[in-house]
Amino acid sequence: MTRAGKAKLMTGLGRFYTVLVYIFLFLPISVIVVNSMNATTSKPYLSWKGFTLSWYVKLWSNTELLSSFGNTMIIAIVSTLVSTAIGTLAAVGLYRYRFRGKDLINGLLYIPVVIPEIVFGISLLSMFARMSIPRGMFTLILAHISFSVPFVVFNVRACLTNYDISVEEASMDLGANRVKTFFNVTFPMLMPGITGGALLAFTLSIDDVIISYFVNGQTKTYPLKVMESIKSGVSPDVNALSTLILLGTILFVILTQTNVLKKLVRKK
Amino acid sequence: MKKSEHEWKSNGLPALVTVGPVAVILVFLVVLPLMYVAVMSFCSIDSYYNVVYKFTLKNYAQLADPDYIHIYLQSILIALLTTVICVLVAYPFAYLIARTKSRNKNLLYMLVIIPFWTNSLIRIYGWRTFLGTNGWLNNALIKLHIISEPLDMLFNRGTTVLGMVYCLIPFMVLPLYSSFEKLDVNLLEASADLGATKLKTLKEIIIPLTADGIFSGGIMIFIPCLGYFFVSDILGGGNADVIGNLIERQFQSGNNWPLGSALSIILIIITLLLVKAYQKIGGSMESLAL
Repeated sequence: MTRAGKAKLMTGLGRFYTVLVYIFLFLPISVIVVNSMNATTSKPYLSWKGFTLSWYVKLWSNTELLSSFGNTMIIAIVSTLVSTAIGTLAAVGLYRYRFRGKDLINGLLYIPVVIPEIVFGISLLSMFARMSIPRGMFTLILAHISFSVPFVVFNVRACLTNYDISVEEASMDLGANRVKTFFNVTFPMLMPGITGGALLAFTLSIDDVIISYFVNGQTKTYPLKVMESIKSGVSPDVNALSTLILLGTILFVILTQTNVLKKLVRKK
Repeated sequence: MKKSEHEWKSNGLPALVTVGPVAVILVFLVVLPLMYVAVMSFCSIDSYYNVVYKFTLKNYAQLADPDYIHIYLQSILIALLTTVICVLVAYPFAYLIARTKSRNKNLLYMLVIIPFWTNSLIRIYGWRTFLGTNGWLNNALIKLHIISEPLDMLFNRGTTVLGMVYCLIPFMVLPLYSSFEKLDVNLLEASADLGATKLKTLKEIIIPLTADGIFSGGIMIFIPCLGYFFVSDILGGGNADVIGNLIERQFQSGNNWPLGSALSIILIIITLLLVKAYQKIGGSMESLAL
């Protein structure tokens, strides 16, 4: 075989392999999307009974499912806001100041990252039970903050290490105090790290199963609702909601990636 | 403490304001709960399954139960297979999408992440629907007259490994993607110019330079595998339990929290040992979280 022929064969093989992996990644997603349009009405909702979009309508009367999704959104938004604020402050403080116990805190931040979620979940459950804190929305939010805060710290810190600290000093030399310097100089420069950390915190929160499973009490989140429905067969309206969420996130990515949003904002 | 240029000595207040909140969270929601689990693993239970603070080593003695040992080994086997398969699948894949000259490179990257924005349980359930006796694959094979009776593919170690690989493969693809992106093309050309074969370049240059990604991905895959009880529940059907299933049972239906705590201590020890080993071979902790 000629060298060019060989190279062509290699790219062909490479393409084939890449496509195979993408099929693997998207196969279960396509099952979800197809089953959301299945006309079957009997458990476990597996055999194909024809095409319908009725589940997308029925979905809006499934109050339990909708409220679980509402809970997930509340928990994700609150825990993301809190952990982003706390994590950003901590990253700046850990980078900036020398104080006792700094190495300890740096080390402790890795625990939520590496520890198996189930151990984290049962440890929080045990402590909430021991301290008689009723489990529900409040404990869910606390738990989500605690597992997402390190990711915000690390993301912001990565941003800090390649930025020029002298700008801050200049700001202080020109008479701005620490608080003013933080909000007018440090904060805008850290924005990429902050948004990256916040996005990660949000993603971790909406998909969390294991930790939520132990600290939820009677409050159902969307993943826990799915877990419950798996026992009796996932009904097509759950698939329909998942499809809508997927479409929503894809739309979000397209808008942010292509800067359409920025253009829209600018026009206003 | 080492001094760096960007560090200012704190007079207390600024450090307290910035780092105080995170310290409170770490102490009350991470350290104290874990310490309590350690204490509980030495506690007894009364006849109503309440935790009583009476010292015992019974929970640890129970860990040596042959049925449990079988599950530890099975769990480690599943985690090991998952990690190896993730490396083998992700390595060439990450190489191809990181070094493509296609204009759609960003799209290819996003296509890896998008599936993971759908709830992981429902995606795992999607595999069950696909592989079930009445699932897409069996129906297709019957239609094509390759088989006449549906195959029983579900509920074994293999399907559990499949589910684990599916859930965890991004942790291998993403770090490898960034290592391959950083890889200097000149090095590869130099190696070829100096007469190295492709295989030798791979062994001597590409793999050592991307080893960091393999190790950090490996840690972030192996450890969760031991705990992901929902994957073995949905796709293993009780035939491929991992340590996570044992712990989950003691904290839910079994209701023996001290025994569940002792089982958790095993997971903590395995985690610590692996992280230590990872640091020893030069892995940086930072790359685990980014």
